[in-house]
Amino acid sequence: MIAEYWTFIVIAIAGFLATDIWRWLGVFTGNRLNEDSEALYWVRAVATALVMAVTAKLIVFPNGTLAGSPLWLRLAAAGIGFAIFLATGRKVWIGVAVPMTLLVAGLWWVGF
Amino acid sequence: MSPDSDDRSALSWFFTGMRGLLSLPALILLTSIVGFSAFALESGLTRGEAVFMSLAIWALPAQVILIGTMASGANIAACFLAVTLSSIRMTPMVASVVPEMRTRRTPIWLLLILSHFIAITSWVFAITTLRNVPREHRAIYFAGFGVTLTLTGTLVVAVFYDIVSAFPPAVAGILFFLTPVYFNASIWASARQPVVQIAFVMGVILGPTLALVTPQFDVLCAGLGGGTAAYLIDRARRKKKRAGQETRR
Repeated sequence: MIAEYWTFIVIAIAGFLATDIWRWLGVFTGNRLNEDSEALYWVRAVATALVMAVTAKLIVFPNGTLAGSPLWLRLAAAGIGFAIFLATGRKVWIGVAVPMTLLVAGLWWVGF
Repeated sequence: MSPDSDDRSALSWFFTGMRGLLSLPALILLTSIVGFSAFALESGLTRGEAVFMSLAIWALPAQVILIGTMASGANIAACFLAVTLSSIRMTPMVASVVPEMRTRRTPIWLLLILSHFIAITSWVFAITTLRNVPREHRAIYFAGFGVTLTLTGTLVVAVFYDIVSAFPPAVAGILFFLTPVYFNASIWASARQPVVQIAFVMGVILGPTLALVTPQFDVLCAGLGGGTAAYLIDRARRKKKRAGQETRR
C-alpha cells in the first residue's frame, strides 16, 4: 500500500514542501517591503542575479542531448545573438530567433 | 504611469491574464516542458507521478533535481535537501513581486496560494506586465496567467509523456536552448532600473564560474553575492548622482 504511493509521498514532501516553504517565506518578506524601499532594490538585485545564474548555467552546463554539443558553439550562439538583440533595439523575438538560428546552423555545420 | 483604477471588472482582468498563455514566454515554457516529459519517462516515472510532480512543484529545475536524486537512490531526506537548496531562490523572487502585486487589502492567504504559481516564467511575466494593470486587479490578473499556465503545463506533461521519445534526440536538445536565450532577452528588455542590469551581468558571470568552485551552492552564492554587489554598486552610483545634482543647485 505505502510502497505503491511512496513516490507520490516523496514528491509531496521532498518536492512540494521543499519548494513552497521558500515561496511562503517570500510572501511574508515581500508583504513587509514598500514598493520604493531600499530593501526592495536589494531583493530585486538578488532575485535577478539568481535567475541569471540559473540561465547562464543552462547554456554552459546543459542537461540531456545538448551536453554533447561544443561549448564554444553554445557560447557563440548566445553571445552573438544577444549582441544583435542589443544592437537592433532590444526586441525579444530577435533575442530568441537569432541565437536559435545560429545554434541550429552551427550544430548542422559541426555534424551534430 | 499605470492607471490607478478603471471600470473593467475583475473577471475581465482574469481573462486578460489568461490570454498571456499565448505570449512568447508561455509558449517557450510549454515547449521546454515537452522536453521535461521525455526526461521523466526516461528516468522511470509513471505518467501519474510526472503529472503530480508538475502540479505540486511547478519549478522545472527543482523537478529535474528531484528526479535525479530519486533515480540515484537517495533517501527522502537527501532528496529534500537537494531540492530545497535549489528552491531558496523562490524567496527573493516572490518577495520582489509581492509589493507590486498586492494592495493594502489583499489577504495574505491569497498571496500564499498565488505564490505557488511563481516560477521563472511567471516571475518574468509579472515584472514585465504588472505595471500596466490597475493595482486592485493585479492579483486576479496574475492568477489568470499563473493558474492557467500551470494547468496547461501539467496537461502538456500528461499528453506528451510518451510521444516525445519518438522525436530525434537533437530536437529535444535544440528545444532545451530556447529557455535560456528567452530569459536573456526578456529579462534584459524588462530591466528598467540600472541595479537590475548590473545584477543581470553579475549573475551571468558568477553562475557558471561558481558552478566550478562550489557546485552545491553555486546559484545561491551567485545570487546573494552578485545581487549584493550589484546593489552596492548601484547605491554608490545613485549617491554620486544625487551629490552631483545638489552641487549644481
